[in-house]
Amino acid sequence: MTPRTRLGVLPGDWRLLSPAVGALALWMVLPLAMTLWFSFQRYNLLTPQLRGFAGAANYATLVSDPALWASIANTVVLVGSVLVISIIAGLLVAAIFDEPFSGRRMARLFVVAPFFVMPTVGALIWKNLLMHPVNGLFAAAARGLGMPAVDWFTDWPMASIVLIVAWQWTPFAFLIFLTAMQSIDPSVREAALLDGADWRDRFIHLVLPHLRRAIGIVAMVEAIFLLTVFAEILVTTGGGPGLATTNLAFFIYIKALLQYDVGIASAAGVIAILLANGIAFFFMRTVSRSIDV
Amino acid sequence: MELPRRFCLAGLLLMAFAFSAGCSPHAPSITVATVNNADMIIMQRLSPPFEAATGITINWVVLEENVLRQRVTTDIATGGGQFDVVTIGSYETPIWARQGWLQPLHDLGPEYGYDDLLPSVRQSLSLGDTLYAVPFYAESSFTYYRTDLFEQAGLTMPEAPTYTQIADFARRLHNPENGVYGICLRGKPGWGENMAYLSTLVNAFGGRWFDMGWHPQLTSPEWHAALSFYVNLLATYGPPGATSNGHNENRALFAAGNCAMWIDATAAAGHLYNPNDSRVADRIGFARAPMEVTENGTSWVWAWALAVPASSRNAEAARQFVQWATSAEYITLVGEADGWTVAPPGTRRSTYANPAYLAAAPFAPFVETAILSVDPTRPTRDPVPYVGIQYVGIPEFQGIGAQVGQVVAAALSGQQRVDEALETAQSIVERAMRDASYIP
Repeated sequence: MTPRTRLGVLPGDWRLLSPAVGALALWMVLPLAMTLWFSFQRYNLLTPQLRGFAGAANYATLVSDPALWASIANTVVLVGSVLVISIIAGLLVAAIFDEPFSGRRMARLFVVAPFFVMPTVGALIWKNLLMHPVNGLFAAAARGLGMPAVDWFTDWPMASIVLIVAWQWTPFAFLIFLTAMQSIDPSVREAALLDGADWRDRFIHLVLPHLRRAIGIVAMVEAIFLLTVFAEILVTTGGGPGLATTNLAFFIYIKALLQYDVGIASAAGVIAILLANGIAFFFMRTVSRSIDV
Repeated sequence: MELPRRFCLAGLLLMAFAFSAGCSPHAPSITVATVNNADMIIMQRLSPPFEAATGITINWVVLEENVLRQRVTTDIATGGGQFDVVTIGSYETPIWARQGWLQPLHDLGPEYGYDDLLPSVRQSLSLGDTLYAVPFYAESSFTYYRTDLFEQAGLTMPEAPTYTQIADFARRLHNPENGVYGICLRGKPGWGENMAYLSTLVNAFGGRWFDMGWHPQLTSPEWHAALSFYVNLLATYGPPGATSNGHNENRALFAAGNCAMWIDATAAAGHLYNPNDSRVADRIGFARAPMEVTENGTSWVWAWALAVPASSRNAEAARQFVQWATSAEYITLVGEADGWTVAPPGTRRSTYANPAYLAAAPFAPFVETAILSVDPTRPTRDPVPYVGIQYVGIPEFQGIGAQVGQVVAAALSGQQRVDEALETAQSIVERAMRDASYIP
């Protein structure tokens, strides 16, 4: 038995598969191969006379650059904090919306809305209308209470970005959790009520175990998207002050589009791919295990 | 040249992709990439008569400054040929000219009036003696101040103040309870934002980016004095959130009456004088950009200019366009169509000799003096191997300026001490210069 037949693919099937495989090669393998190729080239758009094979020089330059490590640390902090906040907030809001109350439909629409606001628009609203230290709503509220206004993006840059991104992603967690909660068999709930379980017992022993898979999925999907958070940083802090909010995506942007260094940016891109795959691999393992249970 | 129809069809398809053009020799079309500044929007609006007169069709690509710079740089550096006319600044022009990316524009004909161009502007757009981009509008920097506040406090702004005096004025005029901050300055990171201003401040304190051997000088006492001064001044007497204030944010603050002083581009004067945009239109005074230990490089010169890339396939039409858009006739056209306050400033002597312009724009003589007084070839007290006042005329500066700008913002926000920040900045610049083989 050849492996080919064991996979269930007959020789003639390749013709049917080729469009899909071709598209995949065009959309994924080709850019990846080019990124790899450029990462070993000395190639800055602005100094075309200095082009050539660089060996591992780009990687050596990157690894010795403190900015790379700072941006990886920032990426981890950003992804981790937003995951924790959006999952906890999503659970709480979903628990509230699982109970009937008047105006629930309308309220649900409002809760979900941030997810449909474009990242740049959302970030600009936060920056100019809410967090601005002179004209913002928070500053006005603080002054009304007799407190000094907080200069968010200067004093708490990373916390501000985390807040904005968490605001965008909580609705996603909420939606998934609410659907999962509503799929809990009502008879199980009734049984728990008959057994005298209060809301806390029901949440910890009934809802949470039921939601384990949903939490895993939310964490994985969010992590994949959060690794590439960019627009929120570009329009608010521009990666600063200093490197305080430069994540890996923004670091690559600086290298590629402010320094026009294709070689270094590609090498950083390869590092980002490795990081993303590591995280995805970790989540796949955890999620698939929770699915097996 | 008559191209076969098939090619025309292929060309049309290409156009959909890249706006590249030119099937019929009788109706050339050009693609103009420009910044979304008010002056360029006016140019776009006034261009139909030009199109009608010449038969040239213009495709406009109007973008925000940073996006434009990225699009144009990547296209030109890779020989993409998307654009026939690009809007670039005095920083890029000599660098790109040296790479052979631009067509020389010194031969647009005698009627163009090259001698009418202001010399410092013309020089900033030349490589050697050859002009590679023609100025659309140009600016320098100077000090804006509120005459009413100075009068109330019994202060007089000298014609050529020093930074010591400016700090003293800021201390006396700072009144945050009434929403007036002593001084507004750029704090938003970026090589064209906080670093443009900070470089002039460093120059005033006698500092420089590099010595004659291209060794970075950011840990020198001059830089230390300048950055300490900047951080103290702006953190103590500036508006809150200064690290997010760039040119536009500060202009809005000054126009709303929140700043007693502001040191920035002369190009904002027209807007601040316009009562529709500004609450302080009748209370603005001007002085030269402050100096301290030297006068050299204390005010910058910047020009937005139009250039024709070497990769343009419609160079003749493109040259016709840039000639029209930067001519004295165009300036008159804007003055008559839209009002003289918004006529493109800073490029031609004839503008400043025009009584209609001088009557509408009382700030004009200050702007002209500021631009004429600048010598971009002598930007610092000590000799340097580069040209440029608020930038260093090397390709690496965009990257260097962006990163150092971030470090400066970190110092301004108090996240890093001044000496720490300068050491970080120095190591960033050293790395960049080593990578680019300027220093071993």
